[in-house]
Amino acid sequence: MNARILKLRKQSVERKPYISSERAELITDFYQSGIGMEVSAPVFRGLALKHLMENKSICINDGELIVGERGPGPKATYTYPELCCHTLEDFDVMSRRQRTSFDVSESVKKVYAERIIPFWGGKTMREKVFGAMTADWHRAFEAGVFTEFMEQRAPGHAILDDKIYHRGLLEFQSDINDQLKKLDYHNDPEAWHKEQELKGMSLSIEAVLTLSRRYADKCGELAAVESDPARKAELEQMEAICRHVPAQAPRTFHEALQAYWFVHVAVITELNVWDSYNPGRLDQHLWPFYERQIAEGTLTAEKGKELLECFWIKFNNQPAPPKVGITEEQSGTYTDFALINIGGVDPKTGADAVNALSYLMLDVVEEMRLVQPSACIQISAKNPERFLRRACKVIRCGFGQPSVFNTDVIIREMLHHGKSMVDARSGGPSGCVETSAFGKESCTLTGYCNWPKIFELAMNNGIDPRTGLQVGPKTGQFDTLSDFDSLMQAYRSQLKHFIDMKVHGNNVIERLYATFMPAMFMSVITDDCIAKGRNYHNGGPRYNSTYIQGVGLGSLTDAMAAVKYHVYDKKTISAKTLREALKADFVGHEKLRSQLESSPRWGCDEDYADAIAVELFNIYYDLVNGRPNTKGGQYHINLLPTTVHVYFGQVTGALPHGRKAGLPLSDGISPTQGTRSYGPTTVIKSAAKIDHARTGGTLLNMKFTPQTLEGDGLEKLGHLIRSYFKLDGHHIQFNVINKDTLLAAQRNPTEYRDLIVRVAGYSDYFVDLGPDLQNEIIARTEMTQLG
Amino acid sequence: MLRDELKGVIFDIKKYAIHDGPGIRTSVFLKGCPLRCQWCHNPEGWEAEPELIFHQARCAGCGKCVSACPQGAIVLERGRPAMNPEKCIHCGNCTSVCHSQAREIAGRYVSADELLAEIEKDIVFYDESDGGITLTGGEPLMQANFCRLVLRRCKQRDIHTTVDTCCCGPTESLQALAEYTDLFMCDVKHTDPAIHRQFTGMDNALILDNIRFLADRGCSLVIRIPVVPGFNDKPEQIDQIVQFAKTLKTVRRIDLLPYHSGGVGKAQKLQKSCPVLNTRPPQRQQMQFLQRVVEKHGFNVKVGG
Repeated sequence: MNARILKLRKQSVERKPYISSERAELITDFYQSGIGMEVSAPVFRGLALKHLMENKSICINDGELIVGERGPGPKATYTYPELCCHTLEDFDVMSRRQRTSFDVSESVKKVYAERIIPFWGGKTMREKVFGAMTADWHRAFEAGVFTEFMEQRAPGHAILDDKIYHRGLLEFQSDINDQLKKLDYHNDPEAWHKEQELKGMSLSIEAVLTLSRRYADKCGELAAVESDPARKAELEQMEAICRHVPAQAPRTFHEALQAYWFVHVAVITELNVWDSYNPGRLDQHLWPFYERQIAEGTLTAEKGKELLECFWIKFNNQPAPPKVGITEEQSGTYTDFALINIGGVDPKTGADAVNALSYLMLDVVEEMRLVQPSACIQISAKNPERFLRRACKVIRCGFGQPSVFNTDVIIREMLHHGKSMVDARSGGPSGCVETSAFGKESCTLTGYCNWPKIFELAMNNGIDPRTGLQVGPKTGQFDTLSDFDSLMQAYRSQLKHFIDMKVHGNNVIERLYATFMPAMFMSVITDDCIAKGRNYHNGGPRYNSTYIQGVGLGSLTDAMAAVKYHVYDKKTISAKTLREALKADFVGHEKLRSQLESSPRWGCDEDYADAIAVELFNIYYDLVNGRPNTKGGQYHINLLPTTVHVYFGQVTGALPHGRKAGLPLSDGISPTQGTRSYGPTTVIKSAAKIDHARTGGTLLNMKFTPQTLEGDGLEKLGHLIRSYFKLDGHHIQFNVINKDTLLAAQRNPTEYRDLIVRVAGYSDYFVDLGPDLQNEIIARTEMTQLG
Repeated sequence: MLRDELKGVIFDIKKYAIHDGPGIRTSVFLKGCPLRCQWCHNPEGWEAEPELIFHQARCAGCGKCVSACPQGAIVLERGRPAMNPEKCIHCGNCTSVCHSQAREIAGRYVSADELLAEIEKDIVFYDESDGGITLTGGEPLMQANFCRLVLRRCKQRDIHTTVDTCCCGPTESLQALAEYTDLFMCDVKHTDPAIHRQFTGMDNALILDNIRFLADRGCSLVIRIPVVPGFNDKPEQIDQIVQFAKTLKTVRRIDLLPYHSGGVGKAQKLQKSCPVLNTRPPQRQQMQFLQRVVEKHGFNVKVGG
């Protein structure tokens, strides 16, 4: 990386995230103005974005080529009081906590105390959401049965396709005007609603164009006073670029990147949508510009790389909005889940789509080593071996990127969910591992579902042993259940109860967002919101999927396998003894515990345990998949944890496979931490026994030491990936590190500030993780191969 | 004994074995070896029968093993169990009562069918990587009938087969395996018969003859040289081995395997009384130097395995 990038990267990495009250003040002013009483919600939210864009600060960092900060500077982090108004205590916790802490200045606290908090009491989405949930829902939520994504952040999980690279926002605005003209007030009872939505969308375009114009002006001002002729020329060029995009379609590689970045900043300023925003298949979108300019001689690979690196740093400058409470527990990270896709197939022809830019982007990933943006490769059977090999070399560096996805099964997943072939091929994974049709889908993750906790309730007649409260239905005490099938049936009844409850809650929350918090700009850039005249949050997109993410497959399989093996099949342990041991958290039952620990386990390619996993998967699928949401779409399932397996572990008591209360659950579909198996092939074989093609994403973690990947070990890693994908595996990711390195990092965090590990669907700085999560990463099965 | 009843004794199965032949492999470790190499890192492969491993560090001294032993082979001495190996019949009773997992049995009987079922689980990886199975040990030749059966079943299923052998066994046994073996990995430790005997317990004449037999028969060979400081790590010693390899027509590669001390602790756990070499692993530079010695003769060389 050159001197420019070194400097920008350093600035980005070293600046600690801090809270900026700028947006909170602007939005509060706007809500206080009373305009909300005069206009409809879509128009109001369009005007609100305009107000933000007209008044927010403009920041151009010295030397940068891509411009646009969300807040006043790198790492400044906005708050969104209309969704979640932080208390002074929240700020106190935020500034002191070990994981994902934020600097909060006295002036921010003062503004909050005097202006923000007094206004928002009782008016936030968070209060609306919690207020609309039933007492049963709250009891389950507090017990840790499930989490709720929308209690602090807006639904999002959106990814852009190629639309902004072909057309400017002015053209989208003219589409909107065309739609407005076509409205049929005589025959369409929705006409007025559509009109309001379309007007709000149009206002949001004006807002974004205000932002790009202000950046153009600022570039001009800086150029006028710049003494270095080289930088002056750059600033003049940047001014011209900002005058052109995103109003009009980009003409160059540089313009294309800048166009995306304005769109990104707009999305994350409008709302605190989950997973920020995401350029999706960037190597595909940029390829036409790159190819043409390289041929013309107006761009070199070196310059292209520099621009990409400037672009990468912009993501790292925007930490995820601060989270508190359970939302922080389930997703405790600065990363905001933008996942750049590299590779895959051509949407129209299905042919191999890897190009020179795909390789260049892997170079960028290797050089930048940033937690944001995350990068993944899409691998189809059609993609060349050398591309996979190049990616494996980057994986070997050991910072957890890129993760690896199976394009062929992702396409089948999307076809299974009713998407067209072209839309399926143009999509891919986003966030952690979840798939969607890029640019055309609202794919909303609504919360994690704690399978082992639900099993604990099933063993205890619906009572939570931690609190003594009746959280679930009365399905009988474990020692009164005569056989394994009865136990499975009790689990199924509990699960159904909570899925019903969660869906009930979701159906209400979806309406709350559609009514109070329409996302106007996201509607502009997601097909077919303009054509339908409907909002992103209200069924406007072509596809509308809702997910409840299953967590703890490995832990629950092991727990159930231990019960089946010892209590029902071998009858070596009585149900009563086991219950007592669990109640005592195995204290005084150490021998029993070691007996239980040697029960059959998930991840060893043994059907005894794996058959249970498959059954658990099918039960979850049958209870969730295909249920209607309120947006004309359906529910689907995926299996991923972010950091919630640590929190869910904290609220879950001892489990029958010898796991003590409070320890983390297994992550994604990975085996329980510390499971002894014959090695990575058995993990892969087990993981492939569940039917990935019927999900919207699964997550499999593996840890290798660097030694395993020396010499032809690298090629064999490629074979391992290809084999998993042949068996329809959805995703696999690798931590390549020594346990000793991690222990050393724990002892001397300051010396290891740079150490990045793969946590779940994302990478993070190891020293930024809480101690529990650090220990959990250390404990993950180490696939070491000794010579 | 009927063929279908033929059972083998194995002490480990290792999947994702990526250093024991081409591609991703499943390595099967057979028990029994005629040699007693002082640097051996798998001494649990020496004896032909299952045997007891005792992890002293894990032992809680509870004495449950003493009463569990039907042979009276274990007595408590100063709070620690001591065993008379002569009396042990490897029944495993003491291992199942030991909840600190200090006692385990190395070695179990398997039928070819059982082994094949395990081997076939990883076919997808063999297909993808041009991998297969590797019989190693111990010494596969010690269980030649069983190995031949396993190899034949593998070839019936078109699974690539490798045999990792010290070549110290009847030539007829080797011939019986060769029919179903795609690749032999043969150890050559030293060319001097006396030194060979001193460090391994056996002469090397039969070994070298057997390797030549395989080469003359057209079998693909990888020659593996364990590089052991103080035994064969001088360039002239390696050079002499390579001179021998040059007389063979089917050598595809020469592997130099640096000594590591993983066997020392294992030998203690097995309570072995034979001499155990405890030296330092060769330096990386030394290995690079020896690599060049071999390469000068025009061979492909791989360091580490």
